[in-house]
Amino acid sequence: MIGPRADGEALRLEGIHKSFGRLEVLKGIDMYVADHEVICVIGASGSGKSTMLRCINLLEPVDAGRIMVRGEEITARGVDVNRIRRHIGIVFQAFNLFPHMTVLRNITLAPTEALGLSRTEAQASALELLERFDLADKKGEYPDRLSGGQQQRVAIVRALAMRPDIMLLDEVTSALDPELVAEVLNVIRELAAGRMTMVIATHEMGFARDIATRVCFLDEGRILEEGPPDSIFSEPREDRTRRFLQSIIEAGRM
Amino acid sequence: MGGLRQEGARGVLIAVVSTIVVAAAIAFVVTRSPNWPQVKEAFFNGEEFRSSFPDIAVKFVRNVEFFMVAEVFILTFALLLAVMRSLPGPVFFPIRALSIVYTDSFRGIPTILVVYLLGFGVPSLSLTGVPRSATFWAVVALILSYSAYVAEVYRAGIESVHPSQAAAARSLGLSRWKTLRFVVIPQAVRRVVPPLLNDFVGLQKDTALVGLVVSVPEAFKEAQIIQSADFNFTPLLAAALLFLLVTIPMTRLVDWLVARQRRRRQVATAL
Repeated sequence: MIGPRADGEALRLEGIHKSFGRLEVLKGIDMYVADHEVICVIGASGSGKSTMLRCINLLEPVDAGRIMVRGEEITARGVDVNRIRRHIGIVFQAFNLFPHMTVLRNITLAPTEALGLSRTEAQASALELLERFDLADKKGEYPDRLSGGQQQRVAIVRALAMRPDIMLLDEVTSALDPELVAEVLNVIRELAAGRMTMVIATHEMGFARDIATRVCFLDEGRILEEGPPDSIFSEPREDRTRRFLQSIIEAGRM
Repeated sequence: MGGLRQEGARGVLIAVVSTIVVAAAIAFVVTRSPNWPQVKEAFFNGEEFRSSFPDIAVKFVRNVEFFMVAEVFILTFALLLAVMRSLPGPVFFPIRALSIVYTDSFRGIPTILVVYLLGFGVPSLSLTGVPRSATFWAVVALILSYSAYVAEVYRAGIESVHPSQAAAARSLGLSRWKTLRFVVIPQAVRRVVPPLLNDFVGLQKDTALVGLVVSVPEAFKEAQIIQSADFNFTPLLAAALLFLLVTIPMTRLVDWLVARQRRRRQVATAL
């Protein structure tokens, strides 16, 4: 993919529609992300957060609309999806590590097989990343020997090993026991500090407030409201946003 | 087994005594039956066994050879069939259909029929450039027939790998083929090792079918020859014993692998 654009545009969604059978999940999403921005997408379960991220990674084909990554339309016909995906990292709620491979092999698989790096190169950069995220001693372990928090950190490292331009995080702490959430959030904080461009679907409102440059409230397949975290969380314009935040507060998660 | 170990020496003693009692009771009933002398003479003739066993054992080496050669081809060909069937999208429909028609047909035809058809049929055509050995075609028949079963085993394994695994691999930019090769197939094969070994046991037994069409005898054919020469069935029992010597350890290996897999899953979920 072409390098950064002069205008700093990293990602643009224009009128994205997506249905599963009769169920219309995304009803026209428009979104703009600049380089180094951290966008937190909030909204109830079923509002379309995951589907939107999966569409950006081309794991789900869109029904209508365009997705541009640094000016290149990735939803166009004939685009090499494998090449696009190498630039867009995604981390899933359920980690999805490869259970038959060690931590190190999980991380080096795609760099060697998709980018064509030599094993030595891939391992060197994988070890560097593991070191950075305090996982170096786990390199020889199999995923089922790790805690959920460790597995999710490995999954983040696995995506980072492809040196993506954008990272998509799909509720990466939702499957974790409460005491393991912090270690994963700290990794994301460090990525933000390293100026990684990220789109994060999350239920962790306190975290979103801390880290986001902008927050988007997704409601029934549309972005109902967006803005800087302070204005969204303190003085939401829309009634539905207010009610959603209210329900989060009542659940004790903010 | 595990139960015995927990009960300790007392448990073992009880098991041994009760086994001896049951075996003695069976032996008593069988040997007291009015026709036992004839049955013993025709099926359990010690002298006949001693004289025929070495010959049959030598021929049994052929059965093991047939098995090993066939198995290599079956494992490869069946995996190809299973992968063909797992290809998604409308473009690959003809390939999927081909694989389905193949497995449906060969699973539906008795193996013995395929062995007859190819073993007698193909050599009789005397086609140029085609091997005329009935043995060759009988083994090919085993390969064709068993590949259909083993393909289904593989397919079950491929389908048991959760789609999120493939999604994770694809999201990292791996191609469809590399996703299959590095992520889906290795996990699928690990899961189906026990049922695969089950089919190995079946194949080892069915190598006896080759004896129906070949002039070069394998164990079953050899036993049959001796049986009709000596008017005694003991050689067939000797052949049966040889098959058991191979298939029983294989079956125990399957049990052991299944138990190990279950243990591992329990450990994984306990974590």
